[in-house]
Amino acid sequence: MIRTDFQSIILNLQSYWAQQGAVILQPYDMEVGAGTFHPATTLRALGPDDVWRAAYVQPSRRPADGRYGDNPNRLQHYYQFQVIFKPSPAESQALYLGSLKAIGLDPDAHDIRFVEDDWESPTLGAWGLGWEVWCDGMEVSQFTYFQQVGGIECHPVPLELTYGLERLAMFIQGVDNVYDLDWDGVPASDGGKIYGDIFKRAEIEFSGWNFEHADTDMLLQHFRDAEAECGRLLGLNKALALPAYDQCMKASHFFNMLDARGVISVTERAAYIGRVRALARGCCEAWIGADKVVSHG
Amino acid sequence: MADLLVELVGEEIPARMQTMAAQHFANAVQAALDGLGVWTGEATINGLCGPRHLAIYATGIAVAQPDRVIEKRGPRVDAPDAAIAGFVTSTGLPREALTEEDTPKGRFFFARSHVAGADTTALLGDVVADILTQFPWPKSQRWGRGSFRWVRPLHRINIVFDGQPLAGSFDLGDTQPMAFGATSCGHYFEAPDDISLVGVDSLDEFKRRLASAHVIIDQSDRRTAIIDGAKALAKDVGCTVDETQLGTYIQDIAGLVESPTALLGQIEDRFMQLPPELLQATIATHQKYITLQDQSGAFSPYFIVISNRQSDPARDQVIMAGNQRVLRARLADAEFFWQQDKKTRLDAYVPQLKAVTFYEGLGDLQAKAVRLEKLSSALAPYIDGCDGADAARAGYLAKADLVTGMVGEFPELQGIIGGYYARHDGEPDSIATAIAAHYRPQGPADDVPHTPTAKAVALADKIDTLVGFFGIGAKPTGSKDPFALRRAALGVIRIILDGKLSVPLQKLLDTAAENYGFAAVDDDVLPFIRDRLRVYLRDQKMRHDIVAAVLADAGGDDLRRMADETRSLAGFLENGDGLGLIAGWRRVSSMLAAEEKKAKHAFAATTDPALFNDIEHALHRALTGLPDSDAGFAAQLAALGDLRAPIDRFFDGIVVNDDDPAVRLNRLGLLAMIREKMQLVADFTKIEG
Repeated sequence: MIRTDFQSIILNLQSYWAQQGAVILQPYDMEVGAGTFHPATTLRALGPDDVWRAAYVQPSRRPADGRYGDNPNRLQHYYQFQVIFKPSPAESQALYLGSLKAIGLDPDAHDIRFVEDDWESPTLGAWGLGWEVWCDGMEVSQFTYFQQVGGIECHPVPLELTYGLERLAMFIQGVDNVYDLDWDGVPASDGGKIYGDIFKRAEIEFSGWNFEHADTDMLLQHFRDAEAECGRLLGLNKALALPAYDQCMKASHFFNMLDARGVISVTERAAYIGRVRALARGCCEAWIGADKVVSHG
Repeated sequence: MADLLVELVGEEIPARMQTMAAQHFANAVQAALDGLGVWTGEATINGLCGPRHLAIYATGIAVAQPDRVIEKRGPRVDAPDAAIAGFVTSTGLPREALTEEDTPKGRFFFARSHVAGADTTALLGDVVADILTQFPWPKSQRWGRGSFRWVRPLHRINIVFDGQPLAGSFDLGDTQPMAFGATSCGHYFEAPDDISLVGVDSLDEFKRRLASAHVIIDQSDRRTAIIDGAKALAKDVGCTVDETQLGTYIQDIAGLVESPTALLGQIEDRFMQLPPELLQATIATHQKYITLQDQSGAFSPYFIVISNRQSDPARDQVIMAGNQRVLRARLADAEFFWQQDKKTRLDAYVPQLKAVTFYEGLGDLQAKAVRLEKLSSALAPYIDGCDGADAARAGYLAKADLVTGMVGEFPELQGIIGGYYARHDGEPDSIATAIAAHYRPQGPADDVPHTPTAKAVALADKIDTLVGFFGIGAKPTGSKDPFALRRAALGVIRIILDGKLSVPLQKLLDTAAENYGFAAVDDDVLPFIRDRLRVYLRDQKMRHDIVAAVLADAGGDDLRRMADETRSLAGFLENGDGLGLIAGWRRVSSMLAAEEKKAKHAFAATTDPALFNDIEHALHRALTGLPDSDAGFAAQLAALGDLRAPIDRFFDGIVVNDDDPAVRLNRLGLLAMIREKMQLVADFTKIEG
């Protein structure tokens, strides 16, 4: 019997993708809005490796989605399981379906569909075509063939899979409230924890910070600092692509915070996104430029 | 003759593209085969598309191109030997094979060679490759290491001609080309084994082989299966399927399944208090389920899920339970917003509109609310039964729901949600209905608003938008109309015509411009609306020349009058008097044109009655007795119809070019008078045929 507690789902996904030849990485140690931001996806989608296979959990922060712990489906902090396979294998769909089986969702016992959903990240200057995968009407994953990242064409084309772990676990465990998810498979009487035990307080406190208390002048300054530092690192004689990209991720997160605080107007919004995109583009260009130096040197 | 089957197997094609893909594929193959001379008079072709299969099946294809004779003319027979020898070499034929023939230019050598037509099998690989390379997908992608672009990764290219697989391959720009095959595949889970397409000898046989592997490849077969399945389940619970409504999204459902099975679900009681539009949006638009009506036509709590699996009681239960849970979560979200939003009165949302930009350079939405308040009230006097204060209030509240949580989540319900919230706040019904309907008509198929207040606000919204975007130079160009200004203009036209409203449009455009603080309304706004009226009337099957005759007066802003006059003139020109008058008009205008060309000046419509004979007197009397525009267009047309007889008598009994120059000039003056009087009614120079 396959265990379906939250941590077992993660362990099973990791061991399944490890068996498929993926490098199992740990989360990136910065605040990001989605697993795609991890340099293992964004930058490695472009180079230098001709073959790159990786899988990892990425905690993701979307400050505007916080609901003070009240909403059974929305969180400002949640987990994505991210898989990137470059080049995309011919049997991509079969590999993906195999992963569902590995976490206790036998595709043959359900109604699985691939429903058109083109993916675009305006802040990363990235897009791809693919689907959201439905299991009995529920979106359980995002399935994308990357075409561009940082405004640069991907060659070969990577396959990106993103599992929204809370939603997936709720479906598998048959739970209607995210805070009721069984985390460890240990009975409460024996000290076992559910999702709410671990994260409810964080959701309440961070919602308060995100929406009410975060110092917006400070955030604006942080945004400007990160932007300036990123630009400076990219402008060096020998650009430092990875540290610059860290600053780009920071800028993106500060923008999300400012957005949640409601201090960015609709028109300014597009301008901020454009500024982050310019940073991402610069980092991606520096990253592949640096490759050339390394591989030729 | 033989049959041709081309089948492409790949990953899921977006539902919305499948119909186009099947049609394009069939058209492209037909055009290519026709171009090669193998499309016979009896040939037929069908395009088929499902999520993972795209195919054409053609019959009556020639197995080879017809043989051709290629004729080449050589040198004259008396040309130097070297020239003749050179020609012989160039043809590759022996010298004896040349013939001599006389031509108007002399006697020449001719070489005729028979070229055998190529076998169709030798041509098909290139035909398919060309079509694949140029396929017009709205969006396409690369995958793996390849450079070929397709809608999603393509796995197999199957070509079967006369029952036999075709050898060959297609270059994907990858390390390995893709070899053509004749092996299809069935439903991913129901029948994962390969299916041979060898020996397929009819469209039905092709469909049968796939159906036996649980793939219905023909879109219309899938639609029928879905509708039949849904109707049967609906009947079990005493409900009906609204097929017209289902028609608007069945493509999305049919494009997601290969093996449709209908399953019945039920909305929990607690959610049935939500507005039916909201339930419809959640269930049909977002989840792609089929909604049902009960016997009274009301929104039923039952709905139907179309699964992509063969029916199996235990699995069906699992599938339905999953879908029910998804729906419950979505409806719980909607319910949350529904209750949360109503804690604030709709008018209290208006100040929050300040944070939302209408468009850069056109201010925020709160400013828009204030403009709509003014403009709706300015429109009220021109709409029967419209209370000015009501119109102002409805205009002020119309955009408030844009900052509610519900519209944030369900943008397609803008307006409708505002209507519900207004009613909840105790706003009068006329205001709530106006808010709900003010975005209408949203497209050619959408109805116009019917209540007086709704007409005022809907018109105000569209006029404000038109004047604003034209005012900052954001006008539609060519096919680009990012702010849907054509739709806004068409909305204005339809509301005015449908409501039989006489609206002083220019004045209201001026008011709208003042509301923005513009110095004046942009000069192009009225011509733009008039131009859309022209298009609209033509779409209503009005003759373009008649429309042009009525809309000749460039300053006209009474849309209703222009539309009515177009109809009247069209009716008039269909009856005998109208046709006769046009014949007379043509004689008048062509004679004047010829004489004015000679004279190099136009003739004035002045006459001296002393020079008239009886016929001319009668015509002159008829002309001077014509009613003016106060009598109405129909009366004017009828009176013009009465001119037919005196004009006919004039031309039958009188020679214009009299020997006496004074009489001649007087008669030309009388003709000019006919022209002048008729042109006052409509521009008859525009009438053709």
